[in-house]
Amino acid sequence: MRCFRNPLKKSTPGVRTAYQVALPIVLIIWLLPLIAVAVFSIKPDADFTNGNYWGLPSSFEFFTNYGKVFFDSDMPRYLLNSLLITIPTVIGAVALSCMTGFALGIYRFKGNLLIFFMFIAGNFVPFQILMVPVRDMTVGLGLYDTKTGLVLFHIAFQTGFCTLFMRNFIRALPFPLIEAARVEGIAEWRIFWYIVLPLMKPAIAALSVLIFTFIWNDYFWAVVLTQGPEAQPVTAGITSFNAQYRAAYHLMSAGAIVAALPPVAMFFLMQKHFIAGLTLGAVK
Amino acid sequence: MNACLAATANSRLSFWNNVKWLVLYLLAIPGGLFIALFLNQTVRGIRLYKSLFFFPFVVSQVVVGLVFSWFYLPKEGLLNAVLAVFGMGPVNILGDPTLATYGIIAAGLWPQTAYCMILYLTGLNAVDPEQVEAARLDGAKGWRMLWFVILPQLKPATFIAFVVTIIGALRSFDFIAVMTNGGPFGSTRVLSFYMFEESLSEFGFRMGYGAAIAVVLFALMLLFIGYFLWSMYQDEKGAH
Repeated sequence: MRCFRNPLKKSTPGVRTAYQVALPIVLIIWLLPLIAVAVFSIKPDADFTNGNYWGLPSSFEFFTNYGKVFFDSDMPRYLLNSLLITIPTVIGAVALSCMTGFALGIYRFKGNLLIFFMFIAGNFVPFQILMVPVRDMTVGLGLYDTKTGLVLFHIAFQTGFCTLFMRNFIRALPFPLIEAARVEGIAEWRIFWYIVLPLMKPAIAALSVLIFTFIWNDYFWAVVLTQGPEAQPVTAGITSFNAQYRAAYHLMSAGAIVAALPPVAMFFLMQKHFIAGLTLGAVK
Repeated sequence: MNACLAATANSRLSFWNNVKWLVLYLLAIPGGLFIALFLNQTVRGIRLYKSLFFFPFVVSQVVVGLVFSWFYLPKEGLLNAVLAVFGMGPVNILGDPTLATYGIIAAGLWPQTAYCMILYLTGLNAVDPEQVEAARLDGAKGWRMLWFVILPQLKPATFIAFVVTIIGALRSFDFIAVMTNGGPFGSTRVLSFYMFEESLSEFGFRMGYGAAIAVVLFALMLLFIGYFLWSMYQDEKGAH
C-alpha cells in the first residue's frame, strides 16, 4: 500500500501542509454531533433557557450535571443492569462458539457445510422478525422482564455470528498440528483445550470486544423483553431518563455520555482486536 | 386478516420506507471509501485520526439518534442556524412527513459510513503495491487508477460493506424509535417498527398481524440472503 500513499510523500511540502491542516478540520466537522453532546453535558441549565444552545458554556457545570446523573436518577441502576446483561452474554456466546467453531472447523462430517451455512444465514436475518415468538417464549418461561431472559436470548442469537468467526479462524490454523497430536494419541478434548484454545486467544479477544459493544448498545431487545429499571439496560434507561428530564438537555447529554462511555473505552483499549474482528473477511 | 396487510396504507408505507432505507443507506459505501482514501496517507498521528473517525460506530444508536434529533430542532437546532446563514428558511425536518424519513436516514448514515470506512482502510492495506506501481508506469492516474486498479482489489471489502449495510438498513429500528417514534402521522415507520407497534405497543397486542409483517420483512431480506450465501458458497468451493 505504501505506493498508493506515495503521491503525498513525493508531493511538495505545500500539499503536505495543506493536508495536515485539513485533517483536524475535517475531523471536527465529522465529530460535531459528539462534540455537541460533550459541550451540552457541561453547560448550566440557564444556557438553554437563554437560548444559548450552540455557543460556549457560560459556566463549567461538569460536577453538577454528572453528579445529578449519578446520585439523583436511576442511571447507576441501569448501568449495573447493562453490565449484568453484557458480561454473561460475552462469556456465554464466546464459550459456546469456541466449541461450535472447533467442531465445524476441524471435523469433516456430513452436513458440516449445511450447519455452517445455517449459522451464517441466521446472522443475516433482521432480528426484529423474531420479536413475536421470542417474546412469547420469554413470557411462557416466566423470564419476561428479567436479566436472565435477555442474557439467554442474546447468547442464543450472538452465537451465530461468533461461530462464523471462530470457524473461519480455526480453519486458518495449521491443520498438521492437530494431525500430529492425533498421531500421538491425545484425546480430542485435550487437543481442543491444550492446542487449539491457546491459539484462539486473539479471536477470543476480538469477539469479546465486539460482542460487548453490540450487546451494550442493544436497544430493541431491551424494549421488547424488559420494562422498568428492575431489568432494563442503559440504552432503554436513557429514554425513560429523557422522559424524566424532558428538555433538560444538559442532563440528557450527561446521561447519554455516561451510557456511551463503556463501549468507547473498550474500543480504545482493545482497538487492534476490535478492528480485526470487524474487518474479518475484508481482506482475502 | 392477512389480506388486510397488503391492503392497508400503513403497511405499504412502511414497506416503501424500507426500500428508501435500503437504497439511501448504500450511500455509506462510497462515503466510506472516500473517507478511507482521504485518510490513507502516512502523516504523523494518522492512526489516532483513523480511530477518531471510526468513533460514531462505537456509540450506541440511541445516543446518535438523540443528538441528531437535537440538531433538527425547529427553533433551536443547529441545522436551522446554519441554513439561516445561507439565507434559507427554517425547516422542521422531523415534523414534516415528507422529510422525516430522510432526516432519520441521514442520522443512520453517519455511523454506517464510519463502518464502511474501517472496512476499506483494512482493504487498502492489502492492496498489492507492485500492481499499483506497474499501473503508474503505464500512466494510470487519479480516477482511472482508482477504478481499474484499486477498486478491483478492494472487492472483498466492498462485498462485506454491502452485506453489513443491507443488514443495517433492514434492522433500522433504534433511530426511528428514538427520533420520531414512527411519526409524524406514522410517516417514518418501517416494517420492523410497524410490527413492534402493532404487536407490542399501546395500540394492542395483534401478534398474528405482527408475525405477518415479519414474514414480509423476511421475504425482502431473503432476496439478499440468497445472494450472500451463494457468493459465500462459491468462495468455500474455491477454497477446497
